[in-house]
Amino acid sequence: MLAGLPIYQQAILLLAALVLFSSFTLLAQTRVTAIIHAFAWQGALVAMTTALVAFDSGKHHLYISAALTLSLKALFIPWLLHRLVKKMRIDRVAHTVEHPALVLMIATALVIFCYYVAQPIQQLEHSITRNTIAISMSVVLLGMLMLVSRNKAVSQVVGFMSLENGLFFAAVAATHGMPMVVELGVAFDVLVAAVIFGVFFFHIKDSIDSLNVSELNRLSETDE
Amino acid sequence: MIDWLLALSQAMLFALLAPLFTAWVRRIKCWLQNRRSPALLQPYRDLRRLFSKHVVMAHNASIIFRLTPYIIAAATLLAAVAVPLIAVNLPTAAIADVIVMAGFFALARFFLALAGMDIGTAFGGMGSSREMTIAALAEPAMLMAIFTLAMVASSTNLSTVISHVLADGLVLRPSLLFAFLSLVLVGIAETGRIPVDNPATHLELTMIHEAMILEYSGRHLALIEWASQIKLMLYGVLIANIFFPWGIAETADALSLAIAFIAIVFKLMLLGIFLALGETVLAKMRLFRVPAFLVLALTLSVIGLLSHIILEIN
Repeated sequence: MLAGLPIYQQAILLLAALVLFSSFTLLAQTRVTAIIHAFAWQGALVAMTTALVAFDSGKHHLYISAALTLSLKALFIPWLLHRLVKKMRIDRVAHTVEHPALVLMIATALVIFCYYVAQPIQQLEHSITRNTIAISMSVVLLGMLMLVSRNKAVSQVVGFMSLENGLFFAAVAATHGMPMVVELGVAFDVLVAAVIFGVFFFHIKDSIDSLNVSELNRLSETDE
Repeated sequence: MIDWLLALSQAMLFALLAPLFTAWVRRIKCWLQNRRSPALLQPYRDLRRLFSKHVVMAHNASIIFRLTPYIIAAATLLAAVAVPLIAVNLPTAAIADVIVMAGFFALARFFLALAGMDIGTAFGGMGSSREMTIAALAEPAMLMAIFTLAMVASSTNLSTVISHVLADGLVLRPSLLFAFLSLVLVGIAETGRIPVDNPATHLELTMIHEAMILEYSGRHLALIEWASQIKLMLYGVLIANIFFPWGIAETADALSLAIAFIAIVFKLMLLGIFLALGETVLAKMRLFRVPAFLVLALTLSVIGLLSHIILEIN
């Protein structure tokens, strides 16, 4: 039971719940800057959880992962996105979320589904983080939901990055992190992806004068 | 016998302290906004003045209009009996069920909405329709938060829940954190504070609570105002005692009761400061944004429920 655990293990679970909550806030946000802020907070929460897991399990390489996550996901990429958004003057634009209540309901259903799916995995594990596997899976699926439900490029990129947060969190929760080489590789992949996305934003904006990706359909010479 | 007396005096304390709590929140607000504040006893003086005035009523007012203030006051007082203020395990703990309390509030709200429409003025009808819209969204959020509590403590009895949280000591429970945030949002919506409704005005087109009681005067108005002050304090005590129950008396001896009294006064003062701070920082939101606010409360309580199931069991 929860009451018998040491306080830092309780803190891991609390932070995991907050990561899940940050995914929900990402889904509900409409303003571009608010989305980026929520994403930065999610990165910071994941980094904090990783550091606590490192402390709990005594695996020192996890501290490096935590520092990487904090510097990349919580500071650098949000800063990069922020600058792009400012440059393209879309920082005050509100994106509309279609059927916000429906999206939240689907999100809740996804979390329940993840809990159901993760239950057999939980039986195999004995570490404190076994319960957070379901949370990390839901962060992945909620990121996908964000990719599907938004039609603006910036929100989709943030959804993709949050999906990557979920994968990283799953690795930390299930196996105390991936090998260092893989983790470094993934971190730099994400970094490069962020830069490339930035370039793409400009290209999309140049060619269709909007970041609404549903307008890209018009380029494929089918009828309207 | 002494237990019953204690339970009775606890309910009396609720009724007597509620205007003081409102005055405290007003005072902090005034300080924060660089205004001179009215005296702390001003709400009592207002109530006395209203009680001594004649009741003016429209010619077409029905019996519902006449009865509503008494029903509201009675329902709110009964809800106050159910909520432990300074001691748990009193004889009234048998009815101290959160769902009973929610039911009393619903009863009071139902009659208030009826009375708002009774006279047939445009404002009353508008206020009733808004109040019911908000209630329909706030109640599921509140119930989900209550169910989260019930799952943590395996009971919907407030006294048992509080004892359970006390016995557990300081545990970081994600479920209780989310239930706490959700209950705060629901409390703000239900007691009609900024950003949902502005309690300080009755001359605004967007008002909700005040629109329904615009036609009331004299002792009727006094009863309704008193009831809404008790309701504000009820939510404050509920939040303070469930999530931060430390200090509440578990045995009925004089010393622990005195400590409990000081503790709850301190907690309510702190809560009042936060409420006033929130009301100063935030602006009243548009009526059409209120559903989003309450959906946030619902989402929070659902996440609380889910995190209890996912993270805390086994």
